[in-house]
Amino acid sequence: MNAARASMLTIRTPEGVVFALPLASPVTRFLAWAVDFAVISAGLSVLSIAVNLMGLISFDFSRAMSVLLFFGLQIGYGLFCEWLWRGQTVGKRILHLRVVDAHGLRLQFSQIVIRNLLRFVDMLPAFYLVGGAAALLSTRTQRLGDLAANTVVIRSPNLERPDLEQILSGKFNSLRNHPHLEARLRQRISPVEASLALQAILRRDDFEPRARAELFARLGEHFRSLVEFPPDSVEGITDEQYLRNVLDTVFRPRSARERTTAAETALAAKPGEV
Amino acid sequence: MIIDLPKFIATGQPFWNELDQLLKRLEEDPHRPLPLEQARRFHYLYERAAADLARLNTFANEPDTRRYLESLVARAYGEIHETREKPHRFRPYHWLTVVFPRTFRRHANAFWLTVAITLAGCAFGGFATVFDPDSRHVTMPFGHDQMKPSERVAREEKARSDRFEGERTTFSAYLMTHNIKVSIFTMALGMTWGVGTILELFYNGVILGAICTDYIADGQGKFLAGWLLPHGSFEIPAILIAGQAGLLLGRALIGRGTRKNLSERLREISTDLVTLIGGVAVLLVWAGLVESFFSQYHEPLVPYSAKIAFGLVELVLLALFLWKSGGKAEADA
Repeated sequence: MNAARASMLTIRTPEGVVFALPLASPVTRFLAWAVDFAVISAGLSVLSIAVNLMGLISFDFSRAMSVLLFFGLQIGYGLFCEWLWRGQTVGKRILHLRVVDAHGLRLQFSQIVIRNLLRFVDMLPAFYLVGGAAALLSTRTQRLGDLAANTVVIRSPNLERPDLEQILSGKFNSLRNHPHLEARLRQRISPVEASLALQAILRRDDFEPRARAELFARLGEHFRSLVEFPPDSVEGITDEQYLRNVLDTVFRPRSARERTTAAETALAAKPGEV
Repeated sequence: MIIDLPKFIATGQPFWNELDQLLKRLEEDPHRPLPLEQARRFHYLYERAAADLARLNTFANEPDTRRYLESLVARAYGEIHETREKPHRFRPYHWLTVVFPRTFRRHANAFWLTVAITLAGCAFGGFATVFDPDSRHVTMPFGHDQMKPSERVAREEKARSDRFEGERTTFSAYLMTHNIKVSIFTMALGMTWGVGTILELFYNGVILGAICTDYIADGQGKFLAGWLLPHGSFEIPAILIAGQAGLLLGRALIGRGTRKNLSERLREISTDLVTLIGGVAVLLVWAGLVESFFSQYHEPLVPYSAKIAFGLVELVLLALFLWKSGGKAEADA
C-alpha cells in the first residue's frame, strides 16, 4: 500500500479527509511532450504556408511575422493550452495527464507561466535531460519548472461509475443457504480483499486463460480459508464462481439480503410447499 | 464491515452530481459571484462528498468509486480552500503602469544587486581589454574582435546604402525574440539557487565592459554612445530586471531568513516573477524596434548628439516610470 501511495499526490484536508491523486511518470510525460512537439511542428508547418502567402505582399514583413509567430507558438502553446484546458495540452489530453497545484488548490495563471518559461532550463542540454533528471530525483516527479511553479502532473482520474451489475445480476448463489456463515464472511473479509476479488472478476476477460485459472485458484483458496461452508454448498463450483458468490455475499444490498432471508424463512416455515 | 456499495452509490450519486455541476459552473466562470445560499449548499456538498470518501476509504476499497470521489473532493477542495487572490480580468494598461513598476520597486534590492554584478562584470571586461588585448577574442562576440572600432566607425559612416534595406522588420523581430529568450533564460537560471543568473549577468557585464573600453580607448566614445544608448537604455535595464527575477527565484529557493517552507516561499513570488518577466518582454519589444529602425543609422544621416539625446531621454523616462509610476510604495502593501 505504501509503495502504491509513493507515486501519489496525497492531500489531507483540514476536515481530516485524505485524498490521493496518481502522479504521472516521467516516461508518460515524455510521451505527452512528444505528442505536443508533433502538434507544434504541424502548427509551424501550417504557419509557414500562411506566412509564405504574406510574402506576396512584403517579403520582409512575412519573414518578421514568421519569426514572431514561431516564437509565439513555441512559448505560447503550453501556456495557452494549459490555461484553456485547465492544465492540459493536446499531448496531456491524449495521455490523460493534467497539471495541478501541488497543494490541490486552484491552478493559477502565474503557475502555468512559470512552469512553461522554465522549460528553457529543463530542456538543457537537449531532450529535457535536466528536467528529466529532476523528475526522476523528485519524490513528486517534478521537473524544475514544476518545482518553481508548485505544480505536479497527475494522471486524470477515471470518473466513470463502477459497473457492479455484472456481479450482482441475481444468479444463484449457493452460499445464500447459510446466512450465518455469510455474515461471518462479511465480517472477516477486509475491504482490500473485497476490492481484490472485485477487480479480478471485473477484469477476468483481460487475462490469459492460464493466468486467469491460476489467479482464481489462488484467490479461491484464500477466500475458502476465511469461512468454511458446508461441502454441499461449494462442491462442484469453480473457483471463479466461488469468488462471484463471495462478492455477491459482500456487495449484495442489505435490503436484498433481508428479502432473501425472509423468503428463506418463509420457505423453511412451509416445507411442504417447496 | 463493508458498506452496501450499490446503495452507497445510489444514495450519494445525486449529491455528487450536484457538486459536479456546481464545480463545472465555477470552473467555467471564476468571476461569477456565488450567492450566500448557493455557497452554503456548495460547502455542504463538499463536506458530504468528503465524508463519503472517508467512509469509502474506511469501509470499502472500490477503486473506481474512490477515484471518482477523490477527484470531486480534490476539485471542491481547490475552490473552497484557495486563499490566494482570485484571478481577475487582465487590464493591460493598469498592469503595465501600476502593477509592473510597483512589483519592480518592491524588489528594488534585488535589482541593485543585479546592477552591482553587471558593473563588476563591466570592470572585469574593461580591465581584461586594457591589460590583456588578446582576451578580446573571448570577451567580444558578434565580430567585434575582428576589427578596430575606428575601422568599423569609418565603414559605418561611409556606407551610402542601407545595409538592412528590405530586412529591417525581420531584424527587429529577431532582436525582440532573441532578447526575450535571453531574459527568460536569465530568470530561469535562478533555479540554480541564483548562481546561474549571477554568472549570466556577470558575463553580460564582461561583454559590455570589454566593448565599451575598446571603443573609448580607440577614441570612438561618441559613436558608441550614439549606437548603444537609443536601444540599450531599454535593453540593458530589461536584462537587469530579468536578473532581478532570477535572483528572487534563487532567494526563494535558498530561503535564508524566513521560516516559511519552500513551496510557500515560491508561491509568494510566483505572481511577481510573471509580472517582472512580462514587463521585461514589453521593454524588449520597444528596444528591438529602436535598435532596428534607429540605432543602426549613423552620421551623417543622423547626428550622434540626437541619438545620444534620444537615448538619455528614454533612460530618464524609464527611470521615472519604474520609480514613480503606479503610486507610492506604501500602496504596494
